[in-house]
Amino acid sequence: MSDPMVLAEGVHKRFGRLEVLKGINLRVERGAVMCVIGPSGSGKSTFLRCINHLEQINAGRLYVDGQLVGYRQRGDKLHELREAEIAKQRIDVGMVFQHFNLFPHMTVLGNLLEAPLKVRREPKKAATERARDLLDRVGLADKAGAYPRQLSGGQQQRVAIARALAMRPKLMLFDEPTSALDPELVGEVLDVMRGLAETGMTMVVVTHEMGFAREVGDELVFMDAGVVVEAGHPRDVLANPQQERTRSFLSKVL
Amino acid sequence: MTATSQQAPAGAPEEIKAVPVRHPGRWVGVAVLAVLVAMLVNGVVNNKAYRWDTVGKYVFDQRLSAAALVTLELTVLAMFFGVVLGVILAIMRLSPNPILSSAAWIYLWIFRGTPVYTQLVFWGLISVLYPRLGLGIPFGPEFVSFQTQNVITFFVAAVIGLALNESAYMAEIVRAGITSVDTGQHEAAAALGMNRNHIMRRIVLPQAMRVIIPPTGNELISMLKTTSLVVAVPLTSELYSKSREIALSLFQPVPLLICAAIWYLAVTSILMVGQYYLERYYARGSSRALPPTPLEKLRMRLRGLRPPPGRDPGAPPISVQRGGGLGI
Repeated sequence: MSDPMVLAEGVHKRFGRLEVLKGINLRVERGAVMCVIGPSGSGKSTFLRCINHLEQINAGRLYVDGQLVGYRQRGDKLHELREAEIAKQRIDVGMVFQHFNLFPHMTVLGNLLEAPLKVRREPKKAATERARDLLDRVGLADKAGAYPRQLSGGQQQRVAIARALAMRPKLMLFDEPTSALDPELVGEVLDVMRGLAETGMTMVVVTHEMGFAREVGDELVFMDAGVVVEAGHPRDVLANPQQERTRSFLSKVL
Repeated sequence: MTATSQQAPAGAPEEIKAVPVRHPGRWVGVAVLAVLVAMLVNGVVNNKAYRWDTVGKYVFDQRLSAAALVTLELTVLAMFFGVVLGVILAIMRLSPNPILSSAAWIYLWIFRGTPVYTQLVFWGLISVLYPRLGLGIPFGPEFVSFQTQNVITFFVAAVIGLALNESAYMAEIVRAGITSVDTGQHEAAAALGMNRNHIMRRIVLPQAMRVIIPPTGNELISMLKTTSLVVAVPLTSELYSKSREIALSLFQPVPLLICAAIWYLAVTSILMVGQYYLERYYARGSSRALPPTPLEKLRMRLRGLRPPPGRDPGAPPISVQRGGGLGI
């Protein structure tokens, strides 16, 4: 069997004296969709941010596609990677944020083209063609020339997904992608994500959308206070939680 | 369906035609102001001591217009180098590298902490302090050397003095602009694999410009007038010194001061127009629709196509101008 796409072994993260992650062990298989749920402050977003090294872990090991994230191991010593090497690792990992974080001074097409042209140095014609394809896929082909603030939240988040996909990532991270949206706009974003999962993309999704987790997720992880309390197939975890903590959380959100 | 919505009448509702609120206070205010302005204008125009005939004779004097050009050159050059150096200093101050950030801090401490007049005198004396400038290996052989006073003329000294002083202020303005950009922008850009340099140049600085430009416009206009201090270098070919020189030869200080003031105002006005369009350019994407330029407004008026407030004719939704800062 090949390496998993993401492998976390005893990952710890501290902010000052506050320990946010207290030993996370997880594996995400290739092509799988892992949904992470939990109360706010449980460390689920922090863990997601560690996967593409927006946060540096303090202990443990974290691998993406078999490669150590943020470090290089020589013998039994870890060496920090240079900035350029970290940037290179991030190319393969797409990330979608709660607040979209589109570049407001660029058009939708500009948002999609910036990284492929300037980071991957793709030829302009091919990149533009691909960007238009992606916009078509998320149902926004007619918005290429619009500025992000002219779009609704749901449209912005779909652009953000297309922007991440434009870099041809092997892995997509979603940090509460629908939490900042009006309820009626949530569906259009989840539809795009569902379509993406069907193409076999490996996805880690921090979410509060239990319906999405049940239908699309291959694995559901419940985190609380910096540890994984329970993990398993979404149907099993949601219908028949084993831990008291999971039961009480689910009873509040379902 | 609620009861009220079912009762909605079939036709268009009757337009309200109410008597508008009267503002008698405004009319009183206008009257008082008009009298005061009339008194002021009368006092200025009919006061012989202003010597308006001399003002008219000298305002387009070739010596003054040449001096205004020198002032403009000083302003543009000093501002250009001040902004470039200011951006570098701001990035140094925000750098995680403690050596760079403290070096920038010390620079700011010195150049903001001493009067620009003092600095200008210092740059004027540089050729006394260092009569020769050379290029070579430190403590080793020298390849070329110059007489300082040939390289650093009074004009160059004035530009250096103004630019270095300005860069310290610009650094703080640029830093404010950079920190005003949401950290989510850094993260989104980093997640796409961009390096720090690329993020700063393409993502952060263009957004910071909206915060940077208005105070920079202030600095530019303030610089235009600060150039009158270069007499400290001493450089005397700029507008203020030249007008003093002519005034002294005529024994008429006031009319020449007015001439200089007219030139300063004229140049400031041109710079303000430039600022308006620059701000408009960087407002791209920050509001739903760009505000019309004065020219566009004029054209719309002429064609009788005045847009109803808050809505472009034919354009999709509402144009909400958010914090544009486009108030000239």
